[in-house]
Amino acid sequence: MQPETQARAGSGAAIGVRGLKVAYGGTRVLHGIDLDFTPGSFTALLGSSGCGKTTLLRSLSGFVPVEDGSIVVGGRDVAGLPPEKRGMAMVFQSYALWPHMTVLQNIGYGLKLRGKSRAEIAAKVGEMLSFLGLSGYEDRKVTALSGGQRQRVALGRALAIDPGILLLDEPLSNLDAKIRMVMRHEIRAIQQRLGLTAVHVTHDREEAMTMADRLVIMQAGHIAQVGTPEEVYDRPASAFVANFMGAENVLPLSIQRGEGQVSIATGDAHATLAGEAAAALPNGEALAYFRDDVASLDAHDAVAAGVDLVVPGTIAARAYPGGIYRYKVEAAGRQITVDDVARHELGTKVGLRIPLQRLHIFPATEAGIAA
Amino acid sequence: MIRVASGLRMVLAAFALAAFAFFLIGPLVNLALWSVAERWYTPYKLPVVYGTRYWEQVFRPTGDAMASLATSVWIAVLTVLVALALSIPAGYALARLKLPARAFFMVLFLLPQAFPSVAIYINVARVFYNIGINGTVFAVVLVHAAHGLVYSVWIAAAAFAAVDKDLELAARNIGASPLKAFFTVTLPLAAPGIIASGIFVFLESLDEFTGTFFVGVPQVTTLPLLLYNAAMGGNYQVASITALILLVPSVLFMLFIERFLRADVLAKVGA
Repeated sequence: MQPETQARAGSGAAIGVRGLKVAYGGTRVLHGIDLDFTPGSFTALLGSSGCGKTTLLRSLSGFVPVEDGSIVVGGRDVAGLPPEKRGMAMVFQSYALWPHMTVLQNIGYGLKLRGKSRAEIAAKVGEMLSFLGLSGYEDRKVTALSGGQRQRVALGRALAIDPGILLLDEPLSNLDAKIRMVMRHEIRAIQQRLGLTAVHVTHDREEAMTMADRLVIMQAGHIAQVGTPEEVYDRPASAFVANFMGAENVLPLSIQRGEGQVSIATGDAHATLAGEAAAALPNGEALAYFRDDVASLDAHDAVAAGVDLVVPGTIAARAYPGGIYRYKVEAAGRQITVDDVARHELGTKVGLRIPLQRLHIFPATEAGIAA
Repeated sequence: MIRVASGLRMVLAAFALAAFAFFLIGPLVNLALWSVAERWYTPYKLPVVYGTRYWEQVFRPTGDAMASLATSVWIAVLTVLVALALSIPAGYALARLKLPARAFFMVLFLLPQAFPSVAIYINVARVFYNIGINGTVFAVVLVHAAHGLVYSVWIAAAAFAAVDKDLELAARNIGASPLKAFFTVTLPLAAPGIIASGIFVFLESLDEFTGTFFVGVPQVTTLPLLLYNAAMGGNYQVASITALILLVPSVLFMLFIERFLRADVLAKVGA
């Protein structure tokens, strides 16, 4: 990529979504979404399939009719407008390049619609192609390009019309792993340079975290959490978000609030917690969510020190992914994944040392929905 | 052992091929022979006198054959225009519509094929006679178009269904109106299928006999009607030559299908 394309920082447009409801054939898919996109921001819509993230993107672009609510772009409600009047450019998962046209015709299509002359189109497309590292590809058939090249042409076609808003519908999911990494950086760099407002739909957590300034986690047509990647990863707002962000180990807890301190029990293990950390805990039955790197192995009769919980358990399975051993430990009626450098035999009695401050704890009544 | 088995297989394959060739090419050879037979009578297995007299007669500029060929082609061209004017929008709508409306319209277009054509044409002829268009090219075109629409709508729907909707949306997304997107993206991509349906309608029209007979005779004489008259009059030479002329477009059409039509379009025909 050459940096010669003029920087158009701040050309992004703001989007305000209010009470957006969308239904397909009587089935409500989005249940009143409220979301703001600031100019020049990169937002990733993240969720498992069927959560409504693609529907949200397609209702922004005008491909899906809106049942209720508004989409305000530049002070104007565009919810009732057809796609061609919204000033948003989309990159499709399938790229949706036109196979009967050359690279030049694909990228120049939007410019031709805007009444640009042949020379202007050729100049702009040439600039776009050198920007995307595809100089000299004007007359190629798009069917003769590789996946990564098609991806770039699709991006070029969207960017050629100088959109204020760039919509990305899982644009990387059809690429192989290596090119995907490269394209993540390229798309992010282009978005930064042009100052576009980008909305990116993905089910890939890592992709979302590395590309976006802000994550929107969606669950069954609702927004589960909005925040920076750090906020969502470290302070999930619900059991669903914790689980979705990789905290896949679940431990049932029984929490008793006492005078100034809280006692926590699971199976035969106990711990007490005081101060600020304790104040945020729920009372009664709860579920703790944590990632694979949180727990560690200890002797089965190890003493709980400070704010750690030591849960007795038995090794049920072992795998060697390289460098460390990965164990499934049966403890408190659940299977917990733990990594350890030492090799242990199956059936060994161990103690699971779990630091309390790294657990995401939610009341059992709430968490049950997600588990 | 293996050599014997493979030898046997060769013989069987050669036999099967010969049988196939006989069934396919046999009637054509017969036509070709008749077209150049100036005199041919029993008990001779082959024509007695060969010659191109009948070819000359058929292709004589003042002959009936050239006139009816012109009529046939003119009717076929008009039929294609009428059929495409209807089947392009109808096929597009059918491809993008959801069930059950889709099934309903499909049945509507296929319905004419469900009844014996003679029963239909005799009534059509009566209606046309009442409104005074019987025996006109216009009436014949209408009948041919109604018949051709069954296929052309079906094929056009398949051709449009094979165009990914995202390709259309991509055009809309960067500023194309629905019509602009249709004419620059959807229609060019569906074009091979549409052209195929047009050719099919053309051939059907060129070939059509029953309808033309009921609504066109005696004012409109197409090639099949000429063939019928020639055959009924015992002039097998003219009948054979007419049949051979009718064969040419069909062969060209098969070559086109083979060359231009993608398998995914063919697979969607009738889906």
